[in-house]
Amino acid sequence: MNQMTTTLKDWESDQEVRWCPGCGDYAILKAMQRVLPELGVDPANTVFVSGIGCSSRFPYYMASYGFHTIHGRAPAVATGIKLANPQLDLWLVTGDGDGMSIGGNHTMHFLRRNIDAQIMLFNNEIYGLTKGQYSPTSRPGTQSPTTPLGSVDRPALPCAFALGAGARFVARGYDTSKALGEVLKAAHAHRGAAFVEIFQNCIVYNKDRFADFTEKAVAAEKQLWLKHGEPMLFNKGTQGIALDAQKLTLKIVDVVESDWQGAGVITHDVTNRSLAHMLVELPMDLFPVALGVIYDDPRPTYEDEMLAQDARARVGKSTDLRKLLGKGQTWRVEG
Amino acid sequence: MPCDEGWITMNVIARSIDESSEAVPEAVVVRFAGDSGDGMQMTGGQFTLSTALSGNDLATFPDFPAEIRAPQGTLFGVSAFQINFGSSEISTAGDQPDVLVAMNPAALKTNVAHLRLGGLIIADSGEFNRRNLDKAHYDANPLEDGSLARWALLAFDISALTLEAVKPFGLGNKEALRCKNMWTLGLALWMFDRDRAPLIQWLKDKFAKAPLLAEANIAALNAGHAYGETAEIGGQVRKLHIDPVPSAPGLYRTITGAEAISLGLVTGAQLADLPMFFGGYPITPASAILHHLTKMKEFGVTTFQAEDEIAAIASALGAAYAGALGVTSSSGPGIALKGEAMGLAVMTELPLVVVNSQRGGPSTGLPTKTEQSDLYQAIYGRNGDTPMPVIAARSPADAFECAIEACRIATQFMTPVMLLTDGYIANAAEPWQVPDPDTFKPFPAQFLTEANGGDGKVLPYKRDDKGVRPWIRPGTPGLMHRIGGIEKAVDTGDLDYAPATHQLQTDARKEKVDGIARHIPAQAVDQGGEGGRLVIVGWGSTYGPIRQAVRRARGRGLDVSHIHVRHLWPLPANLGDLLRGYGKVLVPEMNTGQFKTVLRDQYLVDARPLNKVSGQPFTIAEIEAAIDAALA
Repeated sequence: MNQMTTTLKDWESDQEVRWCPGCGDYAILKAMQRVLPELGVDPANTVFVSGIGCSSRFPYYMASYGFHTIHGRAPAVATGIKLANPQLDLWLVTGDGDGMSIGGNHTMHFLRRNIDAQIMLFNNEIYGLTKGQYSPTSRPGTQSPTTPLGSVDRPALPCAFALGAGARFVARGYDTSKALGEVLKAAHAHRGAAFVEIFQNCIVYNKDRFADFTEKAVAAEKQLWLKHGEPMLFNKGTQGIALDAQKLTLKIVDVVESDWQGAGVITHDVTNRSLAHMLVELPMDLFPVALGVIYDDPRPTYEDEMLAQDARARVGKSTDLRKLLGKGQTWRVEG
Repeated sequence: MPCDEGWITMNVIARSIDESSEAVPEAVVVRFAGDSGDGMQMTGGQFTLSTALSGNDLATFPDFPAEIRAPQGTLFGVSAFQINFGSSEISTAGDQPDVLVAMNPAALKTNVAHLRLGGLIIADSGEFNRRNLDKAHYDANPLEDGSLARWALLAFDISALTLEAVKPFGLGNKEALRCKNMWTLGLALWMFDRDRAPLIQWLKDKFAKAPLLAEANIAALNAGHAYGETAEIGGQVRKLHIDPVPSAPGLYRTITGAEAISLGLVTGAQLADLPMFFGGYPITPASAILHHLTKMKEFGVTTFQAEDEIAAIASALGAAYAGALGVTSSSGPGIALKGEAMGLAVMTELPLVVVNSQRGGPSTGLPTKTEQSDLYQAIYGRNGDTPMPVIAARSPADAFECAIEACRIATQFMTPVMLLTDGYIANAAEPWQVPDPDTFKPFPAQFLTEANGGDGKVLPYKRDDKGVRPWIRPGTPGLMHRIGGIEKAVDTGDLDYAPATHQLQTDARKEKVDGIARHIPAQAVDQGGEGGRLVIVGWGSTYGPIRQAVRRARGRGLDVSHIHVRHLWPLPANLGDLLRGYGKVLVPEMNTGQFKTVLRDQYLVDARPLNKVSGQPFTIAEIEAAIDAALA
């Protein structure tokens, strides 16, 4: 595809942004508008599709094509868009309620089919637009208007869900992170369904939910930024992730004088599915949060395979409507 | 006028039966009944084909259980196939069978009551053993106890005769018995003087990979035919030859409603100059449309089996947004799930065709039986003021034209359209004169290619003189815009909740759909005059029995007309005036009176209901009796 020169301004629509002041969505919107010019893509060829929720207002603020659909159904609408026009560059914007609860089924099948698009799931662990009810990703004990005594159900882990559904690209970032742009770029570079969970701060109903790893003071210690082929180090290189071969789990090891090899720290391999499963399930209280590209191992996309199959099915077939209508055993009545 | 029950109370009426005729009958109704695993639908289907090939007019009615293979020999596992064929025009599958082919006691028990007095029963006595009689709750063998005296009975051991016929092929007992249906078909073909050659060819094609099975089935077919011809089986079976019906000159084939809709959709897409995207999810009886379309990819068709009903319509709507003709199809329960997405299609004003093959409801209801009870759902069944055009097909052949009409309205008016059919139309077959594609009027879709506002601004919701907004394909340079389910400002489509905006846009959406009435044909009278003592108003698959009942009543000199409505929403502009010209308006429906209510609401006419919700189509006699009661 031809590279197109655009600026951040070219991606800003004329619509007034209506999120609450201080909402994490602003930072994600800016990161997106900053990244798209770097990708050299054309606003006329770009479509943002969303469901319902705070995050799903996103398409209105992008000066591209956009479709704000209905609750949970963005992946299904996007599937039809992509099959009707595979050339379009598709971004899906969803949230933890939209994508994991009411639309969980569609998220699963979109990932399983592997349709070429980037799915950004803004996870704020709460229902914002409906005023603060707990969500499928809320931690146990979350007090909300529908769970005044605290929620009792276990939360869903979006990245684990995505891997379980067969996703070939799984990444994580958070709203105010400087590296979010790089994560979005990697998602765009992946051909197929690219799933990106973005931790997003809902300053009204779930304020600072992720502060325990996003705050500057704890960031080094609580964030594990992954890079393919590089050792899994954090806390300024003084700690790393190693494999506990006995228990078949990951463990934290101390790294002395940069000798990560000596400490048994493993290098990240984005094509290692077992490793990806372990990384997305690391308990947040005991481990740093795995961020960046966790898994990236492309497979042929649904639309490529299906359209190729359709093309093969058409070979040598007549497109004469007259023949189609008169197919099968016929008889003639003479006048 | 008060809603007295004086002249119509009915759900079902006693029939009047003409038993005097000894001459060659005008038409014959044959019902094949057996276990759902006995191949009854296939037998019936092949008999249909040979009947059509012999030039008879015909109508069929498959009647099968919801279970794929219900336990053998049980009453609820009976599968039946009825065909009405003859030398005069046929428009129903027949009220009462003249011939019942019963492959076991359960098939006899569930079907014999419908058989015409003096009609013929052909039974496989080999299956009337104690075990099967118990399953069918017969204390004594009905073939032997005289309880079938009202009918002519022909019982012989079809199982044994079939086993004998296929013996040379060395099949296992089970496989050999599967040829029973072909044996029976051979006998039926002989009785009605039908040609075996097309069936023999069909069997060879079907079993091309297993020539032994082909030969065995052909042998069974021939044996059944020879049995009819040579065996000494008494005088009951008289060889019947039905003269071909005179038809308009041209090329004919048989077609089911599901095939007709599929062909109509493909034709509609071609006339609109659009690729078609079909999103579907398996559901009885709508799945057949997806099956058919999947085999028509060379006509620019993409089919997609979605994860659920909602994804099926949502993907079709996404494809419509991207510039394809989006189509989805389902039956009542699935249509209920699609409701929210239909609202989105109305709100975003994107073209979409939604096919509803109605079945008995509510909930799972009667999945394999027919009903017309989704009319309210079609016209009104969405949240908000959500007007949507509704069209109903009256027969398998008519479904072809209706599908084209649905594509035309959807793309010309940027609106979702509901196409109603039902289980009866979807599965039933009738002869169809193959149309000449050159006679179809194209309606190519237009896409916006450059900005339609001042200063190069794109106005996605700027309406034309018909109230229709432009269709804009994503990917078009310079026309980037955002759409969605939230109320939108005039012209720009920007989010706008202002009170005046919602009033304006709600009115505009309603006026656009109401205005379609100016772009559809005026309502015609099918039979009878414009005005008179009584009019029968129908829609959908009641066409056949109403047509025949009115024909017979008029033949007896009664003043009754027939109006059959295709465009159920918006209604044809002249319908109100037309109805006011009759003294009485009677609306037969396979529901509890839905169209009757719509007519009363729209025109303040005293429309009266004639309702039947047994999962079976109306019989001619039921409607004829209602005509008599109304004119008494």
